[in-house]
Amino acid sequence: MLPLQVSSLCFRVDREALLDNIDVTVASPGITAIMGPNGAGKSLLLRLIHGLLSPSSGQILWNGRDLDLETRRRQAMVFQKPVLMRRSVAANIDFVLKAGDGRDRQRRDDILHQAGLFRQRNQPARLLSGGEQQRLALARALATGPEVLLLDEPCASIDPGATLQIEHLLQQARERGLKIMLVTHDIGQARRLADDILFMHNGRLLEYRPAQDFFNNPESTAARAYLEGKLVL
Amino acid sequence: MQDFSDAFGLAFSLILGADADLIEIIGLSLRVSLSAVVLSALIGLPLGALLAVVRFPGRQFLAVLLNALMGLPPVVVGLLVYMAISRAGPLGWLGLLYTPTAMIIAQTILVTPIIAALTRQVVEDMHKEYDEQFRSLCLPAPRVISALIWDSRYSLLTVTLAGFGRAIAEVGAVIIVGGNIDHLTRVMTTAIALETSKGDLALALALGVILLILALAVNAAVFGLRSSAKSLAYA
Repeated sequence: MLPLQVSSLCFRVDREALLDNIDVTVASPGITAIMGPNGAGKSLLLRLIHGLLSPSSGQILWNGRDLDLETRRRQAMVFQKPVLMRRSVAANIDFVLKAGDGRDRQRRDDILHQAGLFRQRNQPARLLSGGEQQRLALARALATGPEVLLLDEPCASIDPGATLQIEHLLQQARERGLKIMLVTHDIGQARRLADDILFMHNGRLLEYRPAQDFFNNPESTAARAYLEGKLVL
Repeated sequence: MQDFSDAFGLAFSLILGADADLIEIIGLSLRVSLSAVVLSALIGLPLGALLAVVRFPGRQFLAVLLNALMGLPPVVVGLLVYMAISRAGPLGWLGLLYTPTAMIIAQTILVTPIIAALTRQVVEDMHKEYDEQFRSLCLPAPRVISALIWDSRYSLLTVTLAGFGRAIAEVGAVIIVGGNIDHLTRVMTTAIALETSKGDLALALALGVILLILALAVNAAVFGLRSSAKSLAYA
């Protein structure tokens, strides 16, 4: 699927540019964290590269291919607020397995074991705790067998224990060779997980660098202020 | 007041006495209305869900039309079906006039817009919630529609119940196409109309009470089902 090539990407609403001329090529495997203050355009960028939104102008290519159905099917996305179906935990996984290779009970149980949700398999998904719901959403995304996993602040409103479990699942996915792009506000999480960082501010891409370089020596004033915990306007 | 107490007394004696004619009338009422509701659900649920999910030119017009058709006067439907299936009508050769099948057809036409229009609303609300996730999964429209219908099944039960309420309570259409023939097309509502016109108000009211009990029983069953689903977070 890689590289991801984004060229002159703009997204406008009523002439206001919410994303302004983004140019970036992401070629390295591992986890890319998309960071920046509120309103930077992080979630918007994620939706655009997944094909949920169409850009006002510019181009997005995955391994030289447009965002056609075939390309999109090789990606999966986890949203900030998990969208779980009104079914049992197991049926949520069955739903995506059926859309793919077909229902496979053994595979579903393996997925639930891996996500630590096997014991709750017969519970209604919507009665799970926030952390469990997000883990199920992640497990469901992984069940589609994606090559690229996109996550929009998956740990935004869950406790540290649940965050740790999600991060563990992400690290396992990275070890299996998945490319992960993760929107996060959590600087600590980005330090723990990210291999490289895309830093955005006011709809512009200010930095794209290896995580170590970014954290040790941020180049832009906004990134420096953001890492120092200052309010970035 | 005398009429009311007579009516309740008569209603219970009819029920307890398991009057054969009454059971036949109740049976036919349920057969006609439930058949019509099942047929309407088979057409209306996917049609409503399709309108909620798929964007195409004229979709808004269809939605408005369906909403308007919810208020279809039963006598007009009865008249149209009568014209279609009477001997001189285009479907006259089927010989359906004054048969339970004709009554089922008329009630299906009455109930389908109700189920379709309400389904569109229910499914549209759920679709707003699921839309991004489904688009992310690149699901084809038929899969989206079936998933939305399944996940809103408890709300759609109430929708179907509204259709059943319309079918079991209407008289205008079934009396025109059924003719209220004893032992053939007589249902609760047409029997009530007949007894009222004959001046036997107590019997008419008694039949009305039984009709209400039937409607109450069906509603209670669906309410129970929905409540249990809600407590399990499936609704």
